[in-house]
Amino acid sequence: MAGAAAHLAPHSGSATRFEANVATRDAPWVKYTVLTIGLTYFVLFLMLPLVAVFAEAFRKGWEAYLAALVEPDALSAIKLTLIAAAISVPLNLVFGVAAAWAIAKFDFPGKQFLISLIDLPFSVSPVVAGLVYVLIFGAQGWIGPWLSEHDIKIIFAVPGIVLATIFVTFPFVARELIPLMQAQGRDEEEAAVTLGASGWQMFRRVTLPNIKWALLYGVILCNARAMGEFGAVSVVSGHIRGETNTMPLHVEILYNEYQFAAAFAVASLLALLALVTLAIKTYIEWRAGLNSSVETSS
Amino acid sequence: MASARAARVLPGFGLSLGFTLAYLSLIVLIPLSAVFIKAAGMGWDGFIHAVTTPRVVASYKLSFGASLLAAAINVVFGLLLAWALVRYTFPGKKLVDALIDLPFALPTAVAGIALTALYAKNGWLGQLLEPLGIQVAFTPLGVLVALVFIGLPFVVRTVQPILEDLDAEFEEAAASLGASRLQTFRRVVFPTLLPALLTGFALAFARAVGEYGSVIFIAGNIPMVSEITPLMIITKLEQYDYQGATAVASVMLMFSFTLLLLINGLQAWTSRRMGREG
Repeated sequence: MAGAAAHLAPHSGSATRFEANVATRDAPWVKYTVLTIGLTYFVLFLMLPLVAVFAEAFRKGWEAYLAALVEPDALSAIKLTLIAAAISVPLNLVFGVAAAWAIAKFDFPGKQFLISLIDLPFSVSPVVAGLVYVLIFGAQGWIGPWLSEHDIKIIFAVPGIVLATIFVTFPFVARELIPLMQAQGRDEEEAAVTLGASGWQMFRRVTLPNIKWALLYGVILCNARAMGEFGAVSVVSGHIRGETNTMPLHVEILYNEYQFAAAFAVASLLALLALVTLAIKTYIEWRAGLNSSVETSS
Repeated sequence: MASARAARVLPGFGLSLGFTLAYLSLIVLIPLSAVFIKAAGMGWDGFIHAVTTPRVVASYKLSFGASLLAAAINVVFGLLLAWALVRYTFPGKKLVDALIDLPFALPTAVAGIALTALYAKNGWLGQLLEPLGIQVAFTPLGVLVALVFIGLPFVVRTVQPILEDLDAEFEEAAASLGASRLQTFRRVVFPTLLPALLTGFALAFARAVGEYGSVIFIAGNIPMVSEITPLMIITKLEQYDYQGATAVASVMLMFSFTLLLLINGLQAWTSRRMGREG
């Protein structure tokens, strides 16, 4: 559940309606005090760390920055991060659509409990998320001996990293789709089926257009977390350079070796990813807000 | 609604629910149960001993104490920010609104090294605090700063929609009955926001207790002083003490489950309240 606070909820608009109303307008000194304190807090705790990443990354200039990014270990970390996201995001996308379909369109006992279970990975510490896979697939784990007999490596290898990433990003798409599809009900789909649409036609022509913004929203948040996950991946990775290091783990290694400029150079790529994610997220919120205002006015 | 019959009209119930349950079990439920099964195999005495060693207990105090404090700080400043974003017009508001979610999007390791660079002795903020005798990096205060950072969006994002949906009528009624702005806020607005504030607090708290990446760089990880509980699990794993790691993990899991129930209850309370008043 922790982490679930970000939801596709179109903002209802401008503050002028509050500032124009005598009953809801604050005295100027209140407004400027609240703004000063709030924005100072914002700058101190959010803006400064973000600016610091880029300032530190470019401290030794462009050449050192680029050199840190094209170095073989960095490249292999970038590759592994992309692989982990490319496997975990589609899987959790399919799961999210399936779970939301079952939960929103049908009635069955224990539905609320199922929703809580889907949220579970959000409230589990990333470190514990990594640990559970060590307990199952590790050398001393449940099926560790069988795996080593058959020469299959999961822990301290790529499959473990992918599994841990799937775990921590598990609820993202489902969380966005379930409340939306529940609110939409099943009338439109039922109409489509009654009119003779096949299951796939119904999904593609009716369901998908209704959920596309929430779906995209869930996917970009899922992707950001998948590429940035540190704690869970750190437990199962084994930190083998050039083999099992993702970008966040590579940042940690460089940092602990006092290669600060290089660490921040790789970190700046991840910060850029975060900024792009937020930009897309803002765009989707704007589009979804546009859609919902069109629907309510028509 | 004849739901049983409606259920038969739409296709894919068995397939979608079957896949959901199978995937959920394979990825989440069976792996999590491994923690409890492994912990149960230790026996009661061994378990209690593993989760109450002085170093582990010191880590609980730090993790839970700093998380509570960070969540409380975010309740105050999160409310101010949410209020500013909903009620006031000011330049750069869209940018502030978009960047509030940065802690959700920024990888924790990146946040960790950025905060450490800021608060280290020669950092932008560290060199300002140094003459005042305040040391943040590599102390428990550093843990607090990191947890404030990652918890920042929760209160803002839970309070903001409630504040937006809050009808001006209530405040108009209060004003017409002669209430001052402060009275109106205290007696009319604040009670409406309370469930959302508590939900935001609980979400920020839950996230902070389990947080690892943003904390370990700035904490310094001094045993008994600045070691958080998730780090204890890692430390035990690195010493091949799987049982000890599992025991501490099961304590954290039980805590997460309790908090999850609490948050679900709080959210039900929020939606009931909004349903009644909206």
